[in-house]
Parts: sequence; C-alpha cells; structure tokens
Amino acid sequence: MQLFPCPFCGPRDETEFHYGGDAGNIRPDGADVPIDRWANYLYLRSNPKGAAREIWVHMNCGEFFVMERDTVTHKVLSSAALDGEHVA
Amino acid sequence: MTASRLATGGSAIDRSRPIRFSFDGATVHGFAGDTIASALLAGDVAVVGRSFKYHRPRGIWGAGVEEPNALVDIGGPRATPNTRATTEPARDGLVAKSVNATPNALTDRNAFLDRFARFIPAAFYYKTFMWPDWHRFEPRIRAMAGLGTVDADWTSPGTADQINHHCDVLVVGAGPAGLAAARLASGAGLTVTLVDDQQSPGGSLGHRAGEIDGKPAAVWVKETIDELAVGGHLILPSTTAFGIYDHNLAGLNQRHFNGRPDTLWRVRPRQIVLAAGAIERPLPFANNDLPGILSADAALAYLRRHAVLVGRRIVVATNNDSAYEVAGALAEVGAEVRLVDIRRDGMPAAPANVPLVKGRSLASASGKLRVDGVTLDDGTRFDADCVLVSGGWTPTIHLFGQARGKLAWSEARAAFLPGDPVDGIAVVGAAAGAVSLSDVFTGAGPAFAPLGQTKAPLPRSTGPEATGGILPAWPILGSKGRIWIDYQNDVTVKDVELAARENFVSVEHLKRYTTLGMATDQGKTSNLPGLALMAGITGRTVPEVGTTTYRPPFTPVPLASFAGARVGELMAPVRRLPLENVHRSSGAVFQEYGGWLRPAHYGGYADAERSIADEARRARQSVALFDGSTLGKIEVIGPQAAAFVDFLYYNTMSTLKPGRCRYGFMLSENGVVFDDGVLVRLDEHRFVVSCSSSHVSAVHARLEEWRQDRFGRGAVYIHNATAEMATLTVSGPNSRKLLETLGLGLSLDDADLPHMAIGHGSYAGDEVRVARVSFTGDRSYEISIRADRAEPLWAQLRQAGQAFDAVVIGLEALMILRAEKGFIVIGKDTDGTTLPRDLGVDGPRVKRQTEFVGRRSLFTEEASCDNRMQLVGLAVPQGEAPLPTGAHGIKRIDGRLRSQGFVTSSYQSPTLGRPVALGLIERGATRHGETIDTQHLGKISKATITAPCAFDPAGDRLHA
Amino acid sequence: MTRRYSALSLFKEGLAGQTGWQPAWRSPEPKPSYDAIVIGGGGHGLATAYYLAKNHNIARVAVLEKGWIGGGNTGRNTTVVRSNYYYPESVELYGLAHRLYEGLAKDLNYNVMLSQRGMVNLCHSTAEMEIGARTVNAMQINGIDAELFSPDDVRRVAPIYNFSPDARFPVFGGIWQGRAGTARHDAVAWGYARAASRLGVDIIQNCEITDFIIEGGRCRGVQTSRGAIRAERIGMAVAGHSSVLAAKAGFRLPINSYALQACVSEPVKPILDTVVLSPGCGVYVSQSDKGEIVIGGGLDRVPSYAQRGNLPTLETVIAGLLEMFPIFGQLKLMRQWAGIVDVVPDSSPIIGESPLPGLFLNCGWGTGGFKAIPAGGTLLANLLASGKHNDISRPFDLDRFASGRLIDEAAGSGIAH
Repeated sequence: MQLFPCPFCGPRDETEFHYGGDAGNIRPDGADVPIDRWANYLYLRSNPKGAAREIWVHMNCGEFFVMERDTVTHKVLSSAALDGEHVA
Repeated sequence: MTASRLATGGSAIDRSRPIRFSFDGATVHGFAGDTIASALLAGDVAVVGRSFKYHRPRGIWGAGVEEPNALVDIGGPRATPNTRATTEPARDGLVAKSVNATPNALTDRNAFLDRFARFIPAAFYYKTFMWPDWHRFEPRIRAMAGLGTVDADWTSPGTADQINHHCDVLVVGAGPAGLAAARLASGAGLTVTLVDDQQSPGGSLGHRAGEIDGKPAAVWVKETIDELAVGGHLILPSTTAFGIYDHNLAGLNQRHFNGRPDTLWRVRPRQIVLAAGAIERPLPFANNDLPGILSADAALAYLRRHAVLVGRRIVVATNNDSAYEVAGALAEVGAEVRLVDIRRDGMPAAPANVPLVKGRSLASASGKLRVDGVTLDDGTRFDADCVLVSGGWTPTIHLFGQARGKLAWSEARAAFLPGDPVDGIAVVGAAAGAVSLSDVFTGAGPAFAPLGQTKAPLPRSTGPEATGGILPAWPILGSKGRIWIDYQNDVTVKDVELAARENFVSVEHLKRYTTLGMATDQGKTSNLPGLALMAGITGRTVPEVGTTTYRPPFTPVPLASFAGARVGELMAPVRRLPLENVHRSSGAVFQEYGGWLRPAHYGGYADAERSIADEARRARQSVALFDGSTLGKIEVIGPQAAAFVDFLYYNTMSTLKPGRCRYGFMLSENGVVFDDGVLVRLDEHRFVVSCSSSHVSAVHARLEEWRQDRFGRGAVYIHNATAEMATLTVSGPNSRKLLETLGLGLSLDDADLPHMAIGHGSYAGDEVRVARVSFTGDRSYEISIRADRAEPLWAQLRQAGQAFDAVVIGLEALMILRAEKGFIVIGKDTDGTTLPRDLGVDGPRVKRQTEFVGRRSLFTEEASCDNRMQLVGLAVPQGEAPLPTGAHGIKRIDGRLRSQGFVTSSYQSPTLGRPVALGLIERGATRHGETIDTQHLGKISKATITAPCAFDPAGDRLHA
Repeated sequence: MTRRYSALSLFKEGLAGQTGWQPAWRSPEPKPSYDAIVIGGGGHGLATAYYLAKNHNIARVAVLEKGWIGGGNTGRNTTVVRSNYYYPESVELYGLAHRLYEGLAKDLNYNVMLSQRGMVNLCHSTAEMEIGARTVNAMQINGIDAELFSPDDVRRVAPIYNFSPDARFPVFGGIWQGRAGTARHDAVAWGYARAASRLGVDIIQNCEITDFIIEGGRCRGVQTSRGAIRAERIGMAVAGHSSVLAAKAGFRLPINSYALQACVSEPVKPILDTVVLSPGCGVYVSQSDKGEIVIGGGLDRVPSYAQRGNLPTLETVIAGLLEMFPIFGQLKLMRQWAGIVDVVPDSSPIIGESPLPGLFLNCGWGTGGFKAIPAGGTLLANLLASGKHNDISRPFDLDRFASGRLIDEAAGSGIAH
C-alpha cells in the first residue's frame, strides 16, 4: 500500500487516488488540429521508468494535483495542487 | 521405539493437560503445548507424509516455519489442507491426515514411483507426452498432482479480522536480538510492536544455552516481555510477518488456534527491525531425505521445549560449531551420540561422552522407511536410529529481500547477509549474521537509531558464548547416490546437474526448470545449497549465481485473511434506492442494474415476463408510476456554467433558456458517445446534468476534471445531488390529471409547463422540481424531491393513482416502453465505438463553432468512413418471436460469413402486439426497408431494417 | 548426445543417468552483425527468431535479452490460452495463435503442456447474458468455437462455484470456449529457444540495450552491454518496457506500464478443471497441473515498473475469488508476484514498423500477451523478413491511433483482455 500526499488532505492510501495521466499534456483545441497532434495528445505517453510527473485525483476530496514520483522505487518526490499553491 | 518422551522437562508442555488426536487414523498422545510434530515425534511416528513427485517417505525435519516435509490436512469444521505440523499446536480431538499419500503415509500406494525416478528426472515432462497428444496423459498426471485435499463441505467460520496499525518500531522476531531491540526502543520512548511466529517468545533462547545480565536466559526473556507489556507495547505471539510492501507496509498473519480465523495486520511502522533469526541447512549425502534425519537444532528444540528425545543412537553430522551443544545435550539425557564434523581442526571441544570423528562427512544414509545408519566418506558405518545434521545457517532475510535490500555474500558465515541498508529497515541478530549473544546485543543497539536515543542499557551476555566456526559443505558435482536438495519437490543434486547440462544455469531458470524452492516451504532450507551447487558446477561463485527474487508471503497466509470482511454484498456494495423498502412491500422484484439495486418489476404474476408485459401495457393506457431516483442529478453552478456545459456536451447548451431542458450527448475525447441525458437550465448560471444511472460517478469525475483543468475554481462549481434527491416519474395519458390531484402549487398548464420545461412547486412544505421530460414517449413528469421526504409523495401518488388505474412499473417495463420509441440506452444500444453520427445526430459536428470534448475525433478517417454501424429498428416477419438480443446480422462476403452488426434491444411490445428491436447495423441508416439474415447460436432468421421508432413516430402522445 | 525429445530418448537417458542431454539452447558470444536482431528474449522475441529461421529461412538472427530468457511476463503470467475475441481482426490474430499453440509441442519437439480444458467467462445479469450472446454469435460467425452456457452448463464444468441464490454475483450463464485452456509458460519460452537455437539463432542473455545505432534516419543496430551489434532489421518485443526502448529510439508510444499481479495457493488435489473468469468478481482462476490454484485479477491502480506484488489489489482479487469459490477459504496463499504490462488505450497490440525506420514493434499486449506468442512471433518475423504487413498484422499498426481505427475489444464485447 503506497501513501500518496494529497495537497489538501495529507498522506492517504493509494486506493483513494486515481491516475490522471502525464502532467503537461496540453489539449489542442479545434476541429482542424493536425491529426497527429491530436492523436499525440490523446494517446502518446512518455511513460518514464524512474522519475515521473503525473496528474492524480484524490477521489475523496475530488481535487486534481501534480505528483512527482519514481515509477520503479515508488518513492514520492513531491505533490502540489494544480495552481501550485498547496504543496504536500 | 526409538524416539520418546522423557519423564521430565519440556518448557513448552503442560503435563497436567494430556491431549489426544488422530493422525492417519491412529491415536497420538501429547500434552498441551505440543505441536502436532512434537507429539508425533514423542509417539515415534517416523513417516508423516510423502514427497511431491517420487512419493518418498518423509519425516519431520525441523521445528518451525522452514519445515519442508511434515504437512498434514487438518479435518473437521476448520479444515485446512497443507498445514505445517511443526507450527500447528496439537489440540484434543484434532484429526490430521498426511498429504499426498493413499491410503496413508506409511503404505502409500504410489511409492512405486520412486523406482522409476531415473526415468523421470527434473523437467522430464517437457521431453515426452507429446505423441500422440498431451491431452492423453494429462488427466492421469493431474490426478497425481497436489498435496493436500480441499474439503468440499467446508464452510466459513466467519470473516477474518483485518487490523490497520501504526507504531514507531515493528520488531519481527522475539529472540534475543528482537527482545533487546524492543527493549532499547522502548527506552527511547518509542512505541513498539513485537511479533514472533512462535507461541512463546525467546526464539533460540528457548532451547539454546545463555545467560543475560547475570540471569538465566528464560528469566531474562520473561522479564523483558513483562517490561514491554507493562510499558504498553503490543506483543503478538503466533504472528508471522509475511511481507513488506510499498512504503514499508508490513503484513502480519496472526493465528488464534481457537476456531477464529487468522487476523491480517497491516502495520505501518516508522522503522522495521528484522530479528527473524536463521534457519539451519541440511547436509548433502545420499538418501539424506530419509525419515529420522532431522535438523540438529530442531532436535534440541524438541528436547528442551517438548522433552522429546528424537532417538537413542544418534549420529550428529555437522560442518559448524552449533551442533556441538545439541550433541552434548542429547548425550546428557542418555542418548548414545556420535559427532561427525567435516572439519579437521578449529572446532570446539567434543562434549562429554560424545565421540568425535574429525574431518569426515556423511556419504550416505541407509534405511527404508526410516534411517538405520550412516556411512562416512571413509567407508565407516555407524548404526543409528536418528541422524541430526547441521549444514550451517541461512539468515532469515526474506523480508529484507522483499523490501529490495541487496544481499552481500559472507564467506565467513557461508551465507548471504543484508547488504546496503534499506531506508526504514534494520536487520539484527542471527539474521544479520551475529552468532554470540554479545554480538547480537551489540548489533541491536543501532536498530532504531534514526528515531531516537535510548535510555535503556544494552543487555550483556554473561554466560558461555556460541561460536560461529563453519567450513562450507555444499553439495558438489558428481556426488554418488541420490542427494536431496529440495525435500518436498524432490529435487536432487542430479537434477541440478541436469539443469546445468541443459544450460538452465541462471538461478531463476534453475528454480523453474527443477522446481527447486517452489514448494510450500519456498526453499527455506534448499535454495542456498541448490544455488551453491550450481555455482560449483558452472565455476562461478555463489554471489555470482545470486538468489532468486524474494516474494511474499514468507509463509503461506490464509486466503480468507486477505478477503477479510469483503464477503457477499460487502465485496462490492450495491447502491440502494431511498424507497427500497416501500418497493419491497409492494412486491417489487429487485435486480442489479449498473450497480444499483432496482425494481425489475412488481411481480404481480408468478411469471416475470407476464408481470412486465402487463406493466408496459397498462403504462400506455392510463398512467404509470416509476421510481427514477437513480437518475444522475449533478448541478453545475457559476459564472462560466454555460460555457462549461457547452464544452462538456456535444450539443450546444448555452442557448437553452432558463426553465427549459435539452437532450444531448456527452462524448469521450475519442468522440465516442459516453453518456446521454437531459440538461436542465435552472437559471442563467445554474444547470442540472441528468446522466444515466450507472454513469453518475464517471460523469461527475469528468465534470470535475474539466472544471479544474480548463475552467478553474472561480468559474464553475459542481455539486452531485444524485443521492440527495429522489425522482418519481409519472407518465402516461392521465399523468397530468394525476399530478393535478397533488396540489404541488405550480401550473401544469401546457403553456406554462410544456414538454422539455421545468416548474417549481412544493409538497408538504418541501420544494419539488417538476420536469416534463419523457423516456416513455408519453406525456411524463419527473418530480424531484428531497430523498428523505419522498415516501409520503410516493404514497400519495399511489393512493391518488387508484382513481386512474395507475400502474407502478419496474425498469423492465420502462425498457420496453423506451424501445418502442427507439430511445437508446448508452452502453446497451451503443458500444465503445459509437459516434453521435451513428445515432443520427450529426448537426453539432458540422455546425458547431465552439470547442467541445471529443470534437477533433469526429473528423478522423474512421469517423468519416461510410460503413459504420448505425442505429436502426428491426422488425421480424409477422407472427415470429422477438429477435434474441445479441443476434448478429450476417452476410457472406467472398465466401466468408461476416457480421453486419447486432441486435442491442429486443422485446415483445404488448401495446403493439408485435416484437420491437433496436440494433447497430452497418450503414443501417441508409438501409431502411432492407431485409437481412440474422444469426443467433447458429440459427438463422430474417429481420427488416426500419427506423428506430416503432410507436407514435409523430410524437403526439407527448402532448396528449 | 541426445537431441530429440521423446519417451524413448528419455528412457534411454534414464538408463544412462540422464547425462547425454545437450544444452537446450546455445549461449554463444554475440557476433558484430546479424541479418536481424530481436530485442527481448521472452516468448514473443524467441518465437520471432524461431519463425524467422523456420518460415523465412533467415537464421543469422540474434535474440538479445537483458536478463534471462522467459524472465519477463512470459514467466509471470497465469498461462491462459484462448481466442474468445469479438472483432474479426482480433479473431484472426488470436485464432492464429491458438491454432499454432495446438501444434506447438510437436512443432518445437517440446511439450508446452497445452491443456484444453476449456474456459468459461461468466455472466452475472441479464444484460451480461445479452452481451454474452452477442460475443458468442460473433465468435461463431468468425469461425471460433464458442457456446453460450446456461447456469446448469456452468455447474457442470465448475461444480464448486458459488451457486447460492444470494451470491453477490449470481450466475446467469457464461461464454464457453472449449478449446481454451492453459499452457506451461516457461516451456513455451524454452521450447522456442531450443528450436530457434537449433536452427542457428544466437540467444544472447545478460545483454542489455543501451542505445540504438541510427544512421541516415534508419536504425542500423544496437549498442549493448556486450558491445555494438548491427543489423538492417531490428524487432523489439519487450513487453512492459516498450516505452523505455522507444525513448532510446526517440519516439513515444501510446502505452502506460502497469503491474499485473498474480498469485498461487499451495498445491491441492484436483478440484477445478477449467479456467473460470468472473467479470463481476474481477478474477480469473484455474488449477495448474501441479495443483496450485492460479489466481489473476485486474491491473494495479498505479502505473509502475516495479515487478512486485502489493496488498490492495491482492485483497480485492482474493475477496473476489472467495466470492466465486467460498470453499477456497480453507486454502492459503503461497506466492504472489507481478509483471509489468504495456497498457494501450484500446487494449490491442501494436505490431508494425516504428517511427524509426528499420525498427519494428511487437508490444502493447496488455495483460494478454502469453496467449498470443505464436502469432506475435509469426507476424513480427514476417515484418522483419519482408518489411511489410500481412493482412493479419495490418490492422494492428501504430497508425490506427491517428486514423481512429481502434480495435477495442472491451468496447465491443465487454471482455477485458
């Protein structure tokens, strides 16, 4: 059982969280976005082995946040609210 | 008789409480405090089971968790197959049976297999049974497999407790190292949890000599435990730490022995101190698997704890100092003991009355169902009724390995020791390679150093100290005879040689190819000798070969412990309606739909189909009442609410006027229709999203995600009011008349409350919202009211409804009504590829100028192709039964049968008197009128493609 | 030296003390160049090498394995072999694999113990039965054996199932595939390795890729922990680590890596004959020929490259198992572990040339790669030999993500991979 630090609720069990994808995956708007760019946004992932920067949501409080962690050791490096104001 | 119970002694047993139990049908006598194994030994039962493959006779080897041989099936109400006899307390009346033996361990009829051993070496099955076919052989081989037997009549004794626990220091093992560490941690003001897999604490101090702080070891153990207990620390005997998981979560298996299921502890300590001791290894010699050959340390434990003398003429064979104490102790109680040490020098002095043979090892043991003697490598033979061996000690560092600790090879100890430290874990005592009590205590000092300074003094060893001299005695290539490495799985030196010969030299290949270490003991005694042998064969060092991955659990853990209370409904709780009990008293038959328990129908007839048809027919005639409370009601509030719903919906929603409703789709970013429903605009900045019952959480999550990701906290606020509000639906030609009797205080005039509009009223002082939306195609009103006030409203609707011959309908009837109208259910009439266009709603894609979820995906190559599956109605020839849902449209293309789509919903319409069906059919929208073949379970029938709506296509009844 | 495996050779070797067996595969030093390189010595990689040699006569092939062959997901899965798929594209792919499995023991001269004792995917509601019918009909139309089971049928093949009327997930029926079953996972890897090695393929273990050699925009070889190795065509079949190699080659994939756990009970005498999957309980289970109850469930919640089990998912899976088979409440867990799987948005594999010309992909099998090994090998071998797709591999190209032509079995049939 991993402990993830919700910026709003503190350390909580991993079962309360849901993975939301890569941080910084910006959505391109428009019906005429080049299809490759759209497909990249929709599907391509960096999926790093090691340090990762990801979006997570704490389902209990409903807040999304950015968490940095290591995908091999499972060490959590940091977590912060989307606006960067709350840090855990 | 060779093994026997001594007249006195035995620290663990209570001679005033004799017990009796049965093993393989024979009565065994023992005392309270005996394990099954100690009682069997006391009764001189040599053969307690059979090995997995060759059905060799197996006797008790050890006295703890490492036991590879002595597994028994415990019968009775708490049947547990494959129970280790060495750790299971003997209970009065217990029924134990040997495993893998028919009819019993002594006379197993499959014992003949051993005579064919040369033809069935490791992995033989990969080389044969291919002709004519494996299926010819498999059933018989399968029938041979397995150890214990599952009791088919077993019933659960109740759910297992699961306890979450926090502490500063978790100490695993209550031997000298663990007790010292616990005491020191307590002295530092830390909270300690101390666990030990034995019933009483002390570890090796329970049977090995020692004097601590000037007191006998037993006294020191008791004082230390008392001190910890008084200090409020948690002490858990009979508890095994079986795993260390992410972020230092330790899993413990606590046993109770009183009929209660074991307890699972999830412990989150700041520091784990592993003081799990070490496990004695066997020595390699031919027939070293015979019953009567035991771990030397185990023999000492049986002697001192259970007063069991394991033999009368005993050969103790060793390569290290630890067996000397054993030999001395056995000689002291009158056994004829002979000590054989492979070392020529550097060993301790031989104990009194024990002849010592130096520089010799055992070449072989003899005997049939139990050992009767040994032959040394110089040919000397000694008769013996028991052979005790000590091949050295393997530190119990499994948990350290699970926590990804790297191991370091110690030549001096001939063992892997903990290598670089792991955050949050300290390894102490014999597990860290300490031998003397002084070393054990010194090593325990820093175990929790990161957490604080202790005020407690370090214990001092004041008695004789154990020494750790050892000369490695690994199995070697080309040894004569059959030398066992893995007793349970029958892996011998020759099997390891074969693996090496065939290039299975990686330690993981060795394990998998020979099954070495894969038995229920997980190789606690066999892994190291096996990989040392492989190292020798391949000219590598032991650390070069390395160990296999340490995997939880350390010892087998009941499956029931992991399930805990998640049994039956608690395994996956259903959602329930506020009015469930009211519906039950009305005879509702409940079914689960998308996680909700809802009335399927109200069971007026014994035959469900007839009840449903009756409800659907009557609903069209006058008025139907339906509990639609599961419908999602998510409020979207804020200055950007209109822009927000525009982005979330496929349809433009911002043009909706306050007080009005609009039907629309929500798409996924891949363009697929994810949900449909009606959006209500309450006022300029306030909307209510109605979504499908089963999608409420998912829709809510999406709204939150987009709100936070794109719109921001100040722009929109989202509130899921689904559970707070009950929604009662009144539908049918007389619905308005029925509503008028309620006096809700709002105008029901069609000019004031037209179709797709909402009104506000009150009922018994509570605000109600009335929405004129329809899922039946008839004039309908959805009344939403506080969930806790819905019951009187429902009661009054039913009461007043009697005058209109109102019918209460379940979900099944509603499904018929909506299918008659061609209204879809997302996920039933659509699949994970359905785009809005496929449902005939292409306008927004073409016309919308503003961004919305999924937009770009509606313009891909696939979205634009012309052979998409499209929503249609399907009619059957006159007089035929409804098409089976799930039937496919078929067509033969280039001689091959191809699916043309499938039936998604299909019912007999009681109103129309004929079947109605919906389906997704390739290019279906352009094929109305075409008759196609359908196939269901091999049966072909005809269907004609129609428009989806089969009833009141003009929609007149909405206003009637 | 004994080359061929048979009852007779085993008997002769028995008389001779089993001393005449040859290495199952050679372990040569890597050569500086090959006609083709296959990265990854799991089932898919070894099968690719075997079929390159066998089907295409290309035997100057190296399989480069970071650790020991068969040590990734090939040796960590729950060994189910089936082809109960919905879409024709999937049926072509998994159907090919299934057929090849049926002849694999003889083809490789290695008993992979394909045990076709059938598999039932349970349906727990009327709605699931309707989807079940849709799936069975699709399978039958596509030429795959399938039956729609009634509760009584389920009772016949799995009598110890929880048929109690108040079971959390009552049985309404199921989807039965009689040809489904299990195979011995390690044997598949070793059998392919042995057969490929016989045909001249070099299997290089402990050989980690450190970089790709890219010249003129094409992949022309790899840098490894054992030196540079060149080839004009390179295939990768490194499930779980596809993104890691892709990053070295300079592109990203539509993949997230997750741990998939499995566990076994202690071995018991035969009690469960078929593979049983309950979508409601989130568990699939079978009993191995050794007697262990082999238990699998859903993915872990957290993307990860850590090949280790954990408690939350295990607890959920075991709770589901005991709901299916309450009498397993008397059994004990013996071992739990995890493999790292490639999770793709549509849960279908990716087979085809990568964005780096000369480098070909076999990845994205999610939780279901084992059953596809013979097909994955056949198709990647074909790509490496010809540089072109055949009809079976074409739909699985990486380009489907831009075209929108996804093959999402879960979307179509509700059967998770």
